[in-house]
Amino acid sequence: MTQPTKDGGLMYPESPSQTAGPYVHIGLALEVAGLPPRDDEIGPTIATTAAEGEPIEIVGTVIDGNGDAVEDILVEAWQADANGVYQTDFRTDRAFRGFGRSAPGENDAGQWSFQSVKPGRVTHPNGGEMAPHINLMLFARGINIHLNTRLHFDDESTANAACPFFNGLPPSRRDTLVARRESDGETARYRFEIHLQGPQETLFFDF
Amino acid sequence: MAQNDRTAFVMRDRGWHPRPYAPAYKTTVARSPQQSLVSLQTPTASELTGPDFDNFVLGPVDNDLLLNFRPGTDRDGLPIGERIIVYGRVVDQYNKPVPGTLVEIWQANAGGRYRHKKDAYMAPLDPNFGGVGRTVTDADGWYRFRTIKPGPYPWPNDVNSWRPAHIHVSVMGPAISTRLITQLYFEGDPLIPLCPIMHTLNDPDAIDTLVARLDKAGSRPMDSLAYRFDIVTRGALQTYFENQG
Ligand SMILES: [Fe+3]
Repeated sequence: MTQPTKDGGLMYPESPSQTAGPYVHIGLALEVAGLPPRDDEIGPTIATTAAEGEPIEIVGTVIDGNGDAVEDILVEAWQADANGVYQTDFRTDRAFRGFGRSAPGENDAGQWSFQSVKPGRVTHPNGGEMAPHINLMLFARGINIHLNTRLHFDDESTANAACPFFNGLPPSRRDTLVARRESDGETARYRFEIHLQGPQETLFFDF
Repeated sequence: MAQNDRTAFVMRDRGWHPRPYAPAYKTTVARSPQQSLVSLQTPTASELTGPDFDNFVLGPVDNDLLLNFRPGTDRDGLPIGERIIVYGRVVDQYNKPVPGTLVEIWQANAGGRYRHKKDAYMAPLDPNFGGVGRTVTDADGWYRFRTIKPGPYPWPNDVNSWRPAHIHVSVMGPAISTRLITQLYFEGDPLIPLCPIMHTLNDPDAIDTLVARLDKAGSRPMDSLAYRFDIVTRGALQTYFENQG
């Protein structure tokens, strides 16, 4: 169960993941389960309209290998603020929170959504600026260990083309990470379809 | 934590974690990626940071599932079932405590029924039990919940699949690299070796690490039994970016 480390100590194995199951909402998205919310909940508002930056809405569905929407999906999002800084101090009394959770309700046909602001560019450790992106994590019944992906923006093609991260990915699969701007107005809405399998399978990361 | 952007983590051992594609657990067939995951050779701030919950405001009974569904009611309003304390430590792979991490749990009631719109199992709901709790680990990584022992329940997989009694456990922080959702099982449950979800793990030792141990000494006489469940998150490799020179 343990293996020696370089310094002669013992290293324990990480606790193994298990599926979040069909009732993940009871614990992490109470209203979707039908439970009364507590005073402070982590919800689909990553940033309010009072936060600095361009207000955006992200909507999407997760499609399984049969072509069906995964209606029990729980999506978590983590992003930098409009200046490209990760704000790690999470509190719901702030306009910019950086972290959110979203799950489709009963009548949403599997569609989830987040309210946020367009993230800024984050510096890559090897140099250069990464294109604006949102980190997403997916949890559901039948997903034994959560899936990590990134959402990029189709109206940031210059930033995407110059992004040291994006450009390191297999060219044929980069497009699976790009959300489409589908409406303007006060809050631009982007749609991001995630495919778990098939010819359009979304690129998932191991990190 | 302030040092988040300076910390990388021990590589995740995906052979130790459950297989994503595990046909005996039928839902995995259409929900597991078929392409390889893409490994990040150079983790960035995007993966090495995450929300920190030091200033997240929790309610006084958020970690007490005996009381938190109907806060303010008296003893007549207690849930049915075996009263238990579930506690333990969140440590990293080097046995260093992980303070300030958000631990969230959810579970079925004593009859194996979840308080969820979509759970239609015939076992009744308990009017005094919601089945959700949360807490933040203290400076030494400890967490603690009071609840009832959940019942096993049947589920549509094979014609006669039953889940062992379990509590779902979510650990968030310090970084999204350490994000983990798992399940806590109970020592001695005969359903553990029969469960298709347990069979998604390759190594019997991995199953063993998810089994909470009865801790008689930690129990409260004439009140509650205690179960100890320690959680290990990925080992923190300090000052990562400094070492990049
Ligand atoms: Fe369950």
